[in-house]
Amino acid sequence: MSEFFGSPHALLILVLAGFLPNEVWRMAGLWFGAGVDEGSEVLVWVRAVATAILAGVIAQILLQPPGALAGVPDGLRYGAVAAGFALFMLARRSIFAGVVGGEIVLVAGKWWLG
Amino acid sequence: MSSVASTVLTLVLFATYLGIGALAHDSHFSLGWVLGSTLLVWAGPAQIILISTLGSGATAVQAAIAVTVSAIRLFPMVVSVLPLMKTPQTKRRHLVVATHFIAVTLWVECYRLLPKVPRERRIAFTHGLGCGLLTVCMVATTLGYGLAANLPPVFAAAILLLTPLAFLLSTARNCRQISDILALVLGIALFPLVSQLHTGVDILISGVTAGTIAYGVHWWRQRARA
Repeated sequence: MSEFFGSPHALLILVLAGFLPNEVWRMAGLWFGAGVDEGSEVLVWVRAVATAILAGVIAQILLQPPGALAGVPDGLRYGAVAAGFALFMLARRSIFAGVVGGEIVLVAGKWWLG
Repeated sequence: MSSVASTVLTLVLFATYLGIGALAHDSHFSLGWVLGSTLLVWAGPAQIILISTLGSGATAVQAAIAVTVSAIRLFPMVVSVLPLMKTPQTKRRHLVVATHFIAVTLWVECYRLLPKVPRERRIAFTHGLGCGLLTVCMVATTLGYGLAANLPPVFAAAILLLTPLAFLLSTARNCRQISDILALVLGIALFPLVSQLHTGVDILISGVTAGTIAYGVHWWRQRARA
């Protein structure tokens, strides 16, 4: 069981750095939500910052890739994502087409390069 | 037709959590840990941010700040969807579990499905929908973790690539205003520059800067129009 969950310290960090900072906004919405205008300017800024943080994380995974993804040449990683995005736009914003296309480029490219 | 739409959303969710499971494996977290994060955090972006910041050596405080900023968007979602579930007899504690389930997929599905459900049964319906989606995601997390551990490197890499691809495309699809598009593009463009500084809070600096510039452009355009 201890192997399944890992160290108690890691679980504590999960609760303190993952669960609580995330859940607090849901509960805030439940408790204080009545008087907030959904289209207010503050929320436009919040959404822009949240989007940009997520965009940064996407860039981080591609730039400093974890584990097996690090075994793929830089150019191929960027190329696969660019191809996926191009297909997504061509297929009238179909996420499915973009994801499948990007994956095929990655696997085919890796196979081609050996 | 409605079942097809939900299949596509569930498929994207499945792919996302396959990626999260694989990412957790290759960032050296335990399977129990990542399943716990799916159950407790229940928000894809926050989980990716948590795993990749902790995995790249950030402190718990730095990770917590990045997670909480990404989670602020849950606030307006909760605020806008809860009135759909309330009846005059509903007490706040009846809504706690339903509130925990609210994340982008459930939020979209609530708008689509709740109007077809009698009002007094909507909380129970949301619990059922939330448990169903959670089960799908727990299976996907476990599968992604196992695949990353056992597949040949090229396919393990392909599963890891699901995360950036699925998030990039679903974020791009959700862009409504000029500020959203700019935030996405600037956020990707700024990170490589900021990461040269090795501050430990690169993600926060690039995110807040890019998001604020994007908001500034939105504000300036609105003023120019007025």
